Amino acid sequence: MFYNLIKNIVIIVFSITVIGCDASRWNSPYDVDKAQEPILFNSFSSKPKHLDPVVSYNANEWAILSQIVEPPLQYHYFKRPYTLEPLTLEVMPSVTYLNAEGQPVSGTDSSEVAYSEYVFRLKPDIFFQPHPAFVKDETGALHFQNIPPAQLTEIETLADFKTLATRRLTAEDYVYAIKRMALIQNHSPILGTLQHYIVGLATFSEQMSDVSPSVKQLRDASIAGVIVDSETQWRIRIKGVYPQFLYWLSMNFFAPIPWEAEVFYDQAGLATKNISLDTYPVGTGAYQLVENNPNKQMRLVVNPHYNHGVYPGEGLPKDANPALLADAGKPLPFIKEVIYSLEKESVPLWNKFLQGYYDASGVSSDSFDQAVSVSSSGSLALTEEMREKGIQFLNTVEPSIFYFGFNMEDPVVGGYSEQQKKFRQAISIALNFEDYVSIFMNGRGIVAQGPIPPGIFGYETDEKAALNPWVYEWQTGRAQRKSIEVAKNLLAEAGYPNGRKPNGAPLVLYYDTAATGPDSKAQLNWYRKQFQKLGIELVIRATDYNRFQDKMRGAKAQLFSWGWNADYPDPENFLFLLNGNQSIVKTHGAGVNYANYDNAEFNRLFQQIKTMQNSPQRFALVQKMVKIVQEDAPWVWGVHPKSLALYHRWYHNVWANPLANNTLKYKRIDAELRDYSQRQWNRPTFWPMVLLFAVSVILFWPLRSAYRKRQQAVIVPKSSRN
Amino acid sequence: MLTYIIRRLVFAVPILIGVNLITFALFFMVNTPDDMARSQLGAKQTSAEMIAAWKQQKGYDKPLFYNEKQPGLAKFYDTLYVQESLKLFWFDFGQADDGRQISADIQQRMAPSLAIAIPTFVIGLVTNIAFALLIVLFRGSVLDTATMVVAVAIMSISGLFYIIAGQVLFSKLWHWVPISGYAEGWDSIKFMILPVMIGVFAGLGAGIRWYRSLFLEEIHKDYVRTARAKGLSEIKVLFGHVLQNGLLPILTGVVVVIPTLFMGSLIMESFFGIPGLGSYTIDAINAQDFGIVKAMVFLGSVLYIVGLILTDISYTYFDPRVRLTA
Repeated sequence: MFYNLIKNIVIIVFSITVIGCDASRWNSPYDVDKAQEPILFNSFSSKPKHLDPVVSYNANEWAILSQIVEPPLQYHYFKRPYTLEPLTLEVMPSVTYLNAEGQPVSGTDSSEVAYSEYVFRLKPDIFFQPHPAFVKDETGALHFQNIPPAQLTEIETLADFKTLATRRLTAEDYVYAIKRMALIQNHSPILGTLQHYIVGLATFSEQMSDVSPSVKQLRDASIAGVIVDSETQWRIRIKGVYPQFLYWLSMNFFAPIPWEAEVFYDQAGLATKNISLDTYPVGTGAYQLVENNPNKQMRLVVNPHYNHGVYPGEGLPKDANPALLADAGKPLPFIKEVIYSLEKESVPLWNKFLQGYYDASGVSSDSFDQAVSVSSSGSLALTEEMREKGIQFLNTVEPSIFYFGFNMEDPVVGGYSEQQKKFRQAISIALNFEDYVSIFMNGRGIVAQGPIPPGIFGYETDEKAALNPWVYEWQTGRAQRKSIEVAKNLLAEAGYPNGRKPNGAPLVLYYDTAATGPDSKAQLNWYRKQFQKLGIELVIRATDYNRFQDKMRGAKAQLFSWGWNADYPDPENFLFLLNGNQSIVKTHGAGVNYANYDNAEFNRLFQQIKTMQNSPQRFALVQKMVKIVQEDAPWVWGVHPKSLALYHRWYHNVWANPLANNTLKYKRIDAELRDYSQRQWNRPTFWPMVLLFAVSVILFWPLRSAYRKRQQAVIVPKSSRN
Repeated sequence: MLTYIIRRLVFAVPILIGVNLITFALFFMVNTPDDMARSQLGAKQTSAEMIAAWKQQKGYDKPLFYNEKQPGLAKFYDTLYVQESLKLFWFDFGQADDGRQISADIQQRMAPSLAIAIPTFVIGLVTNIAFALLIVLFRGSVLDTATMVVAVAIMSISGLFYIIAGQVLFSKLWHWVPISGYAEGWDSIKFMILPVMIGVFAGLGAGIRWYRSLFLEEIHKDYVRTARAKGLSEIKVLFGHVLQNGLLPILTGVVVVIPTLFMGSLIMESFFGIPGLGSYTIDAINAQDFGIVKAMVFLGSVLYIVGLILTDISYTYFDPRVRLTA
């Protein structure tokens, strides 16, 4: 019997070993064959809410949507500063400046300029992705515009429509998108901004939103300042001079929408199955969305009609890897399918990346030490473990700012007198954001000297010239934060020696925040300690996000932290955060200037730079504005965060462009290398299985014999025991 | 019995109205319709007009409980509470704030939740009972004491630890199963092994202790002694008599849980990438999506009530002495 047992164990172990040699990737979350194809495996952590181009405005939505739809312009993949280029246009839109009568005038500086008119000319032969909305019957009518209920019962996803067709992109598709944007019920987040610029948009919006127009009514109606000239040309007239308008044209809000798609999706039976323009957008981009299950997986596949993109061959900065130009001139895209899987937790995401099942990953705080080492100078490098796997990383400063704000309307921390400025400058010195970056951001950020982040026109690249002289001094070739003694002196000059009021009472300040979780405790304590250095007591008023926003909109916070991501790479998009006209108090909560900063000279310069084209003169004026706010110190300038992305050696053409979202088409996968690496890294280990089996067997025997002994036990009467 | 069931179902209506009222009051105490609009529209570039339009479109422009502008009964009827609540009783959950159909989402997410919950429940139940009977078989021995110590240890450690340790051990180090993910049909098996195994193991401590105490109560009863006296083996006594008589208290705890299996497990589904219902409610609370919150709370209440009714019915099946009367 014992012999039989041993024999069985040997057979089992042998079988497992044989199977194991063949199945080198038991732990693969995908069909193993897929690793051998040029498919990108990526993840998302929160579900995209909207994919309707006129509504969507979140980064996680644009990461998908921008691969599908194409606005007229895009950012050049490599060039810095960020540069726009035509995407579906033949050339950049031409602009003509007009007077109030609509007659052309020369130059933007002329006070006569009442309008700017942009003319757009499409590239020929751009086609939409295959879609059932375009299918026509023999009479030329749309085939799927009135799907009978019986047929609808067989439809669960868009992929269930087997008959597909396409159509050429026309100027009307772009104009139709602007009309959709104008409908208030579509909730386009930029309508409020753009109706001040596009001629006739506000009137159109008011009139059409009231009637909730059908697709036909919307097509037939027209916006005064948006005119279709021909199938391939349209023009947009905007009020005054607004050079930043071109940046809006690179956003998905201006992507074309075929009216047939809206007719198709308007069918009630489809909406109940979550098939809508908001879930399955229709575009001319390199990819089409074929699966939208935001609870599990989103899947893009190549748009077979895409034919108008080639890999860029110029613009790469000199210090960048020249291999990035190896694919120059080749038709796009290189990757044939992209699978985004929902990963809510960072631990499985990170482990799957290390196993090679994700091609790229960010770095969460949990895995930071394993992935990245920080040198004494603060520079980041990959750890030995990552280098051994051939993992590479990209480290880019985001066009964003995270700042600490003073409410300038507050009698204690606000105001514009010399004393009040000194008070804020003292706090600016005491709040040591170099420490903050090191402690809370693992070095992933650079301390800001002013409101404009690197990469944006107006950012001073000369460190010495960029220095905020009220907080730093230039010593031994680098910026040094002024000592806390300097800050204490400034505080004394401001009337609060040692953090005491003139009557000797301790100075108490209030910091409002929505950070209430246990993770935030250390950060809030850090803020308290920074203020303690000056003898000031900081009281934290933590509340939920809704109440915090209410306070901010009501200008009720004394001190607060806030942030801003660039909508477009122009200094205007950051300096307007300090423009007096955007002040929360003046706009009754509708503005974005939460510090309520209002400096007449700054406001005047802002109006000037707002309409200027980039030039040395504009740069000089921006610097002047930065110097004004550095002195007034309505914000402690805080941090420009750095993003850190890791990617495997088989993932090519990876380049950081935080403003361009449609960059998947440039990426390339070496599927063979990935397949090989996955096999190497994921061979199953068998000895624990054998051990587990052996332990079970060993445990079974004493139990068995104990049970038998018990069953065979004989109850002996008391009288017989002796 | 039919009368009894109908009566219980009728009684369920005021309970559901009450639960819905509490959900409504709690939700709107924390979130105003303006907050909800801002959350949906985004903080950037959101004007007062857009917020008003959003509220009107979604019906959140109505007063919460009393509409002064309306005449007669419409004062109560044309309110957010009544409009949002009535359709629930027809299981018409409407749209989430992002425009997705809640019923379609629930249907889609229920299957993955069940795919993990049912095996965990069934295997867990069988394992717990089997282990408990084994311990009862060796009661008073070293094995009994050692198992109780291990059971308390298993109970004392957080379920999150088992998940992370399981993922590291079985997937990262030994490469046996995927760390996380989900597939349809038979392909889902390799994704289910680890979460089910961990789910069963994490519940083992409490399960063994609970069932052991139930069976120990039975083991000293007269019918057990009689069975032994008849010469039955200890295994036959345990499985044939003790288990059968211990079923009633087991049913109390088990049947009521069955309907709630539909609701999924938040942590398990998050860590294993299971696209189930576990995180649906929490995500909705974070996104201030009242449509989903009210639908899920309502569904949860209905399932709980159904669970209680099923428990009562199961009593009559397993214990002939119990009769359900109106």
